[in-house]
Amino acid sequence: MRWMFVAIVVAATAAGEVLQAAGMRRHGEVRDFRPGAIGRAMAALARNRFVIAAVVAMAVAFFANLGLLSVADLSFAVPATAVTCVLETVLAKYALKERVNWLRWAGASLVICGVALVSQ
Amino acid sequence: MTHEAARLRLKTRLFAPVVVLSGVLGNYFMKRGMPAALVFPLDYITVLFRPYVALGVLLLILWLLLRMALLSWADLSYVVPVTSIGYALTAFAGQVFLHEAIDWKRWTGIGLIVAGVALVGGGTEARTFPSHPVETRQ
Repeated sequence: MRWMFVAIVVAATAAGEVLQAAGMRRHGEVRDFRPGAIGRAMAALARNRFVIAAVVAMAVAFFANLGLLSVADLSFAVPATAVTCVLETVLAKYALKERVNWLRWAGASLVICGVALVSQ
Repeated sequence: MTHEAARLRLKTRLFAPVVVLSGVLGNYFMKRGMPAALVFPLDYITVLFRPYVALGVLLLILWLLLRMALLSWADLSYVVPVTSIGYALTAFAGQVFLHEAIDWKRWTGIGLIVAGVALVGGGTEARTFPSHPVETRQ
């Protein structure tokens, strides 16, 4: 049961982050941080289908994570779901067409090993 | 490095710590304000009105919005490892404020996270995709 929750958390988190990145890339760089501009940006994002889909995916991840924590310890849940770091790097390369060089692969791999140790 | 790349690197280095700190502090205040157990379904709503929990929720909303803004100009494969420094800061916060012990495994983990963040943050550009000319293009 807990591995099913892990699979849902990892898949939904990765999908949510990739959709969020795609939505923000479609929106364009945020340059103006005055209240009026932030309000206009949020109104535009509320109509952005990638951002809407990202929110749905992250809600699924949130509730699946609650389910995971109800059947497993935090020391299992955090390192098990930290694999999203590498999965998101793979998706960033192939779905978002980012140029992922060896430094990014190495960095993501070090982070995932570090998270596994810190959360024990 | 081009002027545009230097501008984005500076903007990212100013912005990423704020993203990380809002996430770490949001989680800390949520944990500090949370009661030992939530027994009834209504407790999940009423707990949101406790001062520390409310502050934590506000900080996590800020974290989400700031992270979205960061993703508007930086790669996902850059943002994910760089903001993972929050795991290490959370462990530090646990030691400083909650007096939790950090054994050699955790110190090793913190060292690996810092090394990973340094590799990505110091060795690669924040953005590898082409920029849009108009801010609110849909």
